[in-house]
Amino acid sequence: MKPPPFDYHAPTSVREAVEVLAEVGAHGKVLAGGQSLIPLLNMRLAAPAHLVDINRVAGLGEIQTDATGVRVGALARHAQVERSAAACLAQPLLRQALKLVAHPVIRNRGTIVGSLVHADPSAELPAVLALLGGSVRLAAATGEREVAAADFFTGPMESATRPGELAVSAFFPAWDGGTSFIEVARRHGDYAMAGVAAAVRLDDLRITAAKVVCVSVGPVPVVVEVTGECGNRPVASVDWRAVVAAVQDRIEPEADIHATADYRRHLTGVLVERALKAAADA
Amino acid sequence: MTTKLFGEPVRRREDARLVSGEGRFLDDLGQQALAAAFVRSPHAHARITSIDVDAALEVAGLVAIYTWEDLPAGVAEPLPLLIPHPALTHGRTAYPLARDIVRHVGEPIVMVVARDRYLAEDICSLIEIGYEYFKPVVGLEEAVSSTHLVHQDVPGNVGAHLVQEVPSAGGQSAAEAIAAAPHTLAFRLDIERSACMPLEGKGVYARWDADDESLRVYSSTQTSTSVRMAIAAKLGLPLPKVEVIAPDVGGGFGVKIVHPWPEEVLVPWAARLLNQEIKWTEDRREHFISSAHERAQIQHVQVGFDDAGRVLGLSVEILHDHGAYTPYGIIVPIITSTQLLGPYRIGAYRVEFSSIYTNTVQVTPYRGAGRPQGVFCMERTMDKIAQKLGLDRADVRAANFIQPDQFPYDQGLIFQDGRPLIYDSGDYPESLRKLKDLIGWDEFPALRESARAEGRRLGIGLGCYVEGTGVGPYEGGHIQITSDGRVHVSTGLTSQGQGHETVFAQIAATELGVPIERVSVVTGDTRRFGYAVGTFASRAAVMSGNAIALACRKVREKALRVAADALEADPRDLEITDGVVHVVGSPAASIPLATVAVLSNPLRYAFDEEAKRATQFATTGSMDRPPVAEGEEPGLEGKGYYSPIRSTFASGMHAAIVETDPETAEIRILRYAVVHDCGKMINPMLVEGQIHGGVAQGVGGALYEKMVYDEHGQLLNASFMDFLMPYATEIPHIETDHLETPSPLNPLGIKGAGEAGVIPVSAVIAAAIEDAEGFPIDRMPISPSDLYDLRLRSPR
Repeated sequence: MKPPPFDYHAPTSVREAVEVLAEVGAHGKVLAGGQSLIPLLNMRLAAPAHLVDINRVAGLGEIQTDATGVRVGALARHAQVERSAAACLAQPLLRQALKLVAHPVIRNRGTIVGSLVHADPSAELPAVLALLGGSVRLAAATGEREVAAADFFTGPMESATRPGELAVSAFFPAWDGGTSFIEVARRHGDYAMAGVAAAVRLDDLRITAAKVVCVSVGPVPVVVEVTGECGNRPVASVDWRAVVAAVQDRIEPEADIHATADYRRHLTGVLVERALKAAADA
Repeated sequence: MTTKLFGEPVRRREDARLVSGEGRFLDDLGQQALAAAFVRSPHAHARITSIDVDAALEVAGLVAIYTWEDLPAGVAEPLPLLIPHPALTHGRTAYPLARDIVRHVGEPIVMVVARDRYLAEDICSLIEIGYEYFKPVVGLEEAVSSTHLVHQDVPGNVGAHLVQEVPSAGGQSAAEAIAAAPHTLAFRLDIERSACMPLEGKGVYARWDADDESLRVYSSTQTSTSVRMAIAAKLGLPLPKVEVIAPDVGGGFGVKIVHPWPEEVLVPWAARLLNQEIKWTEDRREHFISSAHERAQIQHVQVGFDDAGRVLGLSVEILHDHGAYTPYGIIVPIITSTQLLGPYRIGAYRVEFSSIYTNTVQVTPYRGAGRPQGVFCMERTMDKIAQKLGLDRADVRAANFIQPDQFPYDQGLIFQDGRPLIYDSGDYPESLRKLKDLIGWDEFPALRESARAEGRRLGIGLGCYVEGTGVGPYEGGHIQITSDGRVHVSTGLTSQGQGHETVFAQIAATELGVPIERVSVVTGDTRRFGYAVGTFASRAAVMSGNAIALACRKVREKALRVAADALEADPRDLEITDGVVHVVGSPAASIPLATVAVLSNPLRYAFDEEAKRATQFATTGSMDRPPVAEGEEPGLEGKGYYSPIRSTFASGMHAAIVETDPETAEIRILRYAVVHDCGKMINPMLVEGQIHGGVAQGVGGALYEKMVYDEHGQLLNASFMDFLMPYATEIPHIETDHLETPSPLNPLGIKGAGEAGVIPVSAVIAAAIEDAEGFPIDRMPISPSDLYDLRLRSPR
């Protein structure tokens, strides 16, 4: 449970950080909150030759909020965003999701952008970014680029971040409707066996827009547009079986030691209906 | 101020230290020591064909690399089989470092000593080991049917086979009684593996004193005295030259009573060989794959009963998975097969177990030690009888209870200590009455109906157990009152967080009549007390508690004798209050215990004020007698040993109300109630704490914990990410009530409480889920995914 040897870098600016990252290339790994990386190192499941600690980089901790959404800097901790009234007013789904992320101690250290780059298909923040159609800003020695969520998550624990790039911020767009996030985990704070976030827009009580994202049931967060299935009806008269079936068609749950694939499929269905109703109610 | 502290909810004296970071655990010691790390087998069953250390030898900071071939005679031998049994015909133990064959993932093969643990692990990763693979044996059913053998010389993978049979009063065998019974049932039950998982893993820190040719070893153990004897024997050292100390120990729950662990022999051996301090601290993955597990059993049950649900005949066949080795013998299945009977008086009983080798981590006792499996079997049986007859589940139990006037009650079996299974005392009908009141058993149907009207699904269950506690052979206590008036208590058994510093001080303060603030307690330090057995089997309070009381009584008697001389009074007229000996009814005629301590030693150098003051009491003494009379000793100290004729039997009953989500199959415990009887309570607050911790572990075993091995013998969930122990958020509020039926077997009338909480939880939760769902729950633990699966297969 001790990490293998690595060279440690502690840049103080984004420019310095991306220069180091350019130099070490695929042998480098960025350390932000460390809530996933450090256990991987200690278990010797990861052995990067270079660790680039960005915690001393100035200007990456900001949370910027306006009417269009929330931009979260690479060093903003889960807990900071969770407690930011402005951010959570602009995008309530952030707090709804963050309450489900592990435990307070982990949220005090872990970063939102770090969670996105880690790209765990069971994690909440990638799902939120995917549902809202947000984006991640990547900096490199050669310049910056903004990658849309749909292109950012490329596989389990895989993102579009290239060697030499540093994710400097993420943008979570506002949504003029209700949202919710519901999970079932084995224990409080565990990765969910299944979880669904929903975004719903109502017009005169009729559902005019609805979409969900499912965690833990595919290689990446699975976003499903269900506006059509909701049929421009009030919540009480929606054909929920059709909505659930549309989502269940799209997910690819797998069995693990905590749950069978069938159970995850069933559970996702239950949570789709619950999450959409909660979002319509929000 | 009263000094009657026995029975009071005194706050734990050790907590301030432990919760403020002042505890001294194994890894807090020896910061300058070299670090040991181990290369452990990544394969479940293989022959070692080569060990290549060339790359490792290049690393700066390497001190030594050892394999089995480097070990001297003694150290190189297989580790001891601690508790042999005639039925264990094929007991096998591991070598400290594997010799040729590895039999489970995690078995140690190479020991590395280096400047620090980082380097030691780097070096481990550079050692190349060649293997010839064998097909591993995983899972009980595969093990008994497989042609593959864990040990080539153990046919059928059967390590032990034992049958115990108790005929009915009328002389019928269990088979005859079942055949003749009006009703019968037959079914199968399954329980998965779990493990102790103390917060602190194992650890050993050894330092050799070359000038003194002596060895000091710190070990995170449940028995320092036996670790000491093992090390002295293995290393060929004179016993007085070996000291073993258990520092603060962060939990044990059974795994640390096994001894010596390979590291407890190897680390001291290497420390002496290298003349360097060496420390090994187990990491969590090591703990998962190379310490011990427990629980896994398959049970086949046949029962015959009458119209009232009285059991006329019970026959149980148990397959017990003991992993790759049997260092602790077959204690676990023996306990399962005997304690299974619980508070019941049944007709005829036959139990047969086979203890089976598999290529998995060895199985040794974990809190409860086979009882949770036995209670699961008996309580599931009771519920099935009630279901079959349409009777109330509590009534069926009541119909089978041993009655209060039937004690001592002989179950006719041989218990884990090799002595007859005779219950000393208890009041099971009263416990059940209290439990039904506490949980609202009779009101539950109305609660269920009102919940059902809201679309909610509730169920209730209960479970009863009897627990043999305080097994022998003995423990001792030593008391010394020094001339400053302090009382020094020591006992050889160890502490892992139970609160011994508090309860043993309560006993000493009560017995001696001194303020508890003057009492200090030392446990598990062989420099202070050399003879002990250890802390396990809910025995510390019963064994050391009584030994300390007996030692105190000796010291008190001497104190009164010395004080009587000084006060020119009759010892029978004296009593001790608040640390002062005085004549009853005449408070002015008094003498502090501190002064008595000075007087008890004829050598009175006046090092302190107390000694100077004592001179006023000093008599010149007779010139015809020696200063220390024959049969006397200088000083105010004494030793006492307690050795019981047999175990004392605590009991309890739990009930739970659970809610299952009709859609998601989530299982939530709404209420959990415990009625507990451990005889006279030394400290009711600590008893409650023990129950709470036990129930929490029980909930883990019922709903969360299992060791998931794949067919290759790889443990798939060897981390706290995937081995799910419940958090505080998963543990319900625990409601408790107590009953005190004193034990007639020991001076203090107490029974053990350490394991009680964990024992019936799986049975209770299974019963409650079964009640909510309407189909049998015969396999634990159960997850939402499992419950969903059962729903699909068991239409309501």
